[in-house]
Amino acid sequence: MPSFSRYAGIYAALIRYSLIHEMQFKVNFLLWIVVEALWFGLQLAFMTVLYGHTDQIAGWSRWEVVLLVGCNQFIQQLFHTLFVTNLSNLSELIRKGTLDLLLLQPVNTRFLISVKKFEIGNILNALMGLVVIIYSLAQLGRVPTLAQWLGFAVVCLAGLSVHYSLMFLLACISFWTVRAQGIVWGYYNLFNIARLPAEAFPRGAYRAVFTWVLPMLLVSNVPAKLLAQRLASPWEWLALLGMAVACFVVSELFWRFSLRHYTSASA
Amino acid sequence: MTPVTNDPIPVTPSADLWNKYAHVLSMGIQNTLVYRTNFLFRAAFGLVPLAATLFLWEAIYADKPAGTAIGAYTLAQMVSYYLLVTVVDAITAVAEDDWQIAADIKDGAVSQFLLKPLDFLAYRLCLYLSGRVIYTSVALIPVAFFLFFQREYLVGPAEPLGWVLAPLSVLMAGLLQFLIAYTVALLSFWVLDVSTFIFIQFAFEFLASGHLFPLDILPDGLHRLLLWSPYPYLLYFPVGVYLGRIQGAELWRGFALQLAWVGVAFLIARFVWSRGLRKYTAVGG
Repeated sequence: MPSFSRYAGIYAALIRYSLIHEMQFKVNFLLWIVVEALWFGLQLAFMTVLYGHTDQIAGWSRWEVVLLVGCNQFIQQLFHTLFVTNLSNLSELIRKGTLDLLLLQPVNTRFLISVKKFEIGNILNALMGLVVIIYSLAQLGRVPTLAQWLGFAVVCLAGLSVHYSLMFLLACISFWTVRAQGIVWGYYNLFNIARLPAEAFPRGAYRAVFTWVLPMLLVSNVPAKLLAQRLASPWEWLALLGMAVACFVVSELFWRFSLRHYTSASA
Repeated sequence: MTPVTNDPIPVTPSADLWNKYAHVLSMGIQNTLVYRTNFLFRAAFGLVPLAATLFLWEAIYADKPAGTAIGAYTLAQMVSYYLLVTVVDAITAVAEDDWQIAADIKDGAVSQFLLKPLDFLAYRLCLYLSGRVIYTSVALIPVAFFLFFQREYLVGPAEPLGWVLAPLSVLMAGLLQFLIAYTVALLSFWVLDVSTFIFIQFAFEFLASGHLFPLDILPDGLHRLLLWSPYPYLLYFPVGVYLGRIQGAELWRGFALQLAWVGVAFLIARFVWSRGLRKYTAVGG
């Protein structure tokens, strides 16, 4: 029975190690923050250009969409902080056979793979998202209650868990194809649609797939709608929580299946 | 990283330039074939945000009276624009080239080009071309599938002359695209991790090339200002030439600027290379 405090201790040590490692390359560390900030600015610029030509998109006003982009940034950057680097690295661990070493550690291997490196810089970018969220709420004249902020935290965690499970699932494909960089890269394209209002997509295959199979149209939309107080029904956030659990279960099953097919690359 | 650079290239004093680089080209094609599944995923996944963007525009036009133009685009013209951006991007975008060039410098593989009668820029250009041949053929499968569903929006060039001018501007766009990526990758001579610079450059390119939206829906002053930068000549200009949106004096000025930027980018690339070699320490070479 893995004890919580033991894992917390391991995680604390990993974070400390990541920090020390990061501080060796200070300029690079700062440049990555600039890169992420630039891409966030790009998304906001795109929305500004669109709203220069229209007052609303599928019932979403300008500041509601800015709120959505902010929520998306917040969740995505937390995902970066905790998991993205580690999951992208899985194909390398398999290719080089380093995974053997991790499998032998007396710790849950999936835990170790998932949280090995902690990207502290992305927290700052997540905070930029939070600033945009608060600013757009002020523009909308909405003041969420404490209960709503708590609800927001819960749905953000669910969104985070969806991103994590799906990318983990994709990364596991590298147990079969060694060059899985294209697959992980592909996930960035899926990311992109999460910041668009779900209602802009006509009811059909596309919207159904990205709601009920790869729930990208839920992860950021639900938190944004919750804060903007425009959730049509509790089913919307229940759907996100349900999908978060479903995605995690599927990814765990696929992980176990993949491990059984693992043949080490090194001696 | 790149098996290419380890293969011996038979060069005899009599071997003419063409044979030498034709060999690099064919070798590049063989090596890039390894990436075909990778490319297929890339091209297929790339259609997801494209479809999303088209849905977004459809939602915007849906709220307006039929036939409304945004900027100077009706919905059909807007969709055509994005479809052509996708095609031009598939033909010209750099895939792995910048990372490979950076790796060549980092692991010292560049040393052999200082010893062989082979020009590094020409060598990498050949590999870029072979990479493009493979990528475009692989991407053809998902992209054609997508275009088939949107075929009503896929229009031919507005004028017969477009059949000549559009490919010409795509060719120059490819050259410019390569030279920009090449120069940014050469920063590896000075910095440890060039990927931040690649992503920063790409962010500007994404916006100012017209990848995200057609530049002429921007306020007029900003649009005109951007046309002086090199970026519109990567996507916006070739697509505009094809669609016949850029005409007359604007067309010729555009070609002159595109050619000028290719020239400037080439000179900068040469300059950065010669400065970089002074810093080069041939690690592991």
